[in-house]
Amino acid sequence: MDRLEILKTYKIFIGGKFPRTESGRYYTPEGKGGKPLGNICQSSRKDFRNSVVAAHSALGGWATRAAFNRSQILYRIGEMLEGRRAQFEAELIQQGVTASAAKSEVEAAIDLCVYYAGWCDKFQQVFSAVNPVSSSYFNFSVYEPVGVVAAIAPEKSSLAGLLGTILPIIAGGNSAVVLASESRPLCSVTLAEVLATSDLPGGVVNILTGNREELLPFMVSHMNVNSFVASDLKPAEKQLAREESISNLKRIVLLKDDPAKTESPYSILSTQEVKTTWHPIESSIAGGGKY
Amino acid sequence: MKTKSTAASCRYDYAKSPPIDQVGIVERAARFTTRSIKSDCKRAGLDMVLNMIDLTTLEGADTPNKVRQLCYKAEHLHDSIPGLPTTAAVCVFPNFVSVARVALGDSSSVKIASVATSFPNGHAILEQKLEETRRAVGDGADEIDMVISRGRFLSGEYDYVFDEIAAVKEACGKARLKVILETGELATLDNVRRASDIAIHAGADFIKTSTGKIASAATIPVTLVMLLAIRDHFFKTGRMVGMKPAGGISTSKLALHYLVMVKETVGPEWLTNEWFRFGASSLANDLLMQVAKLERGLYQAPQYFSKD
Repeated sequence: MDRLEILKTYKIFIGGKFPRTESGRYYTPEGKGGKPLGNICQSSRKDFRNSVVAAHSALGGWATRAAFNRSQILYRIGEMLEGRRAQFEAELIQQGVTASAAKSEVEAAIDLCVYYAGWCDKFQQVFSAVNPVSSSYFNFSVYEPVGVVAAIAPEKSSLAGLLGTILPIIAGGNSAVVLASESRPLCSVTLAEVLATSDLPGGVVNILTGNREELLPFMVSHMNVNSFVASDLKPAEKQLAREESISNLKRIVLLKDDPAKTESPYSILSTQEVKTTWHPIESSIAGGGKY
Repeated sequence: MKTKSTAASCRYDYAKSPPIDQVGIVERAARFTTRSIKSDCKRAGLDMVLNMIDLTTLEGADTPNKVRQLCYKAEHLHDSIPGLPTTAAVCVFPNFVSVARVALGDSSSVKIASVATSFPNGHAILEQKLEETRRAVGDGADEIDMVISRGRFLSGEYDYVFDEIAAVKEACGKARLKVILETGELATLDNVRRASDIAIHAGADFIKTSTGKIASAATIPVTLVMLLAIRDHFFKTGRMVGMKPAGGISTSKLALHYLVMVKETVGPEWLTNEWFRFGASSLANDLLMQVAKLERGLYQAPQYFSKD
């Protein structure tokens, strides 16, 4: 008799824990040759709401953490990914890409971790500025995280696109609630298992699976979400995002480039707020000072 | 003044308190949290909870202005949503009762509750406790929240605890008396039941779980045991006694579970702020966020609601 295969039930990732969706719904996407990929949670708006609560409670600790330590943790994510290459490659193949494409996608994902780990403690000094002003003030601008960022990962890329969306957000000290690819969700859940074991505090990254059309309105209208990031929205969805976000004027970031292939410090800046400080000084030159 | 001792026959017969089935209580308590509450009921429930809150500030850092602010908040929970109820009461330290009375005036629907009897530890001599109670009532408190002497209770001096409650009740005059058992220090549900019975028989108008000053505060099982004591007393004598869980109830969902428990344990007659209260400070804003969510359809953020 043939062995009865177990179809894995993949769970979502909220506040460092792996709950099932509170709605109890699931869907079964098909992979190569129409084979079911697994039982995937179809998250509800309440799961999103709970994720935002988790992201907010994690935000304070993450935003104030030393940039160097954030860098170490992002690098650690890369290390953990390296150790599970085989699993990620197998999942990518299961979802319909070739073996060589799978290999290069996993490599690209690991490289993204190392790349953004490097920028964690460097973008601040590269992009902050001392501004020339025409009075005796020391005037400087520095970057601060916007807060909780809701994001939708690209539909086509299961792993690199998801990481390319998450990493710039958390590198800058934000916490994130990310909706993974609906048709290719396997790597997102495995990535959550990686994140849970790589010193990343629970709640900094929350990963949901489910239907984009259903969750988008709540992601852009939630009053306690400070920014929204997506890269492959349809025109109607972009308009919805812009309109529904006005309630709290959240920043809508619609990336033009594929996050899977983007390595740029400007990606970090898109979820940063600039704080400019005017500090009065005694001008030594104007006062004829001796120093 | 010597403790006016009550004749032994008038006191409560402590052996009558039934033993509590702890496992059964916990299982029953868990079942209250599984009710499905639909939107219309939810809105009515949220309004009801708002109207049952004793908005509380009992901090060392309290100032007269903090108390005035609290009184304003009690009457104006969130003015951008019209039609919201007021809270049931504000709860302050005795020295702020007169401030609260001036702030609220005499015709407010918001009552003034004051903790007395050396809150939160209850370590003072009886004369001091009675004096504190009389003063608070004289300054305009409608309700007094007293603490029982847990040390005496745990040493088995039930008569002392009974007499003390009876004496404070007498000192309250017209003010209603809430008796805080501080269940987190009573160790067992058997003790909670016995303390509830003592307080009820000694004349408490309300029994209250906790001071909110120790880590273990109101829980559903503890409140259930106290409600059962209230129910038994009601069946026996026809006298209603109020219930006030306090401390640790900070989410709307949990508050709605409490309402379910009240309705299913003592009945809908208790679902008014005359007989049921929540002692809480942060619960109000969570409720307001839920109401705003139901009104506007958007999930809310705490920074749009006044802190005090």
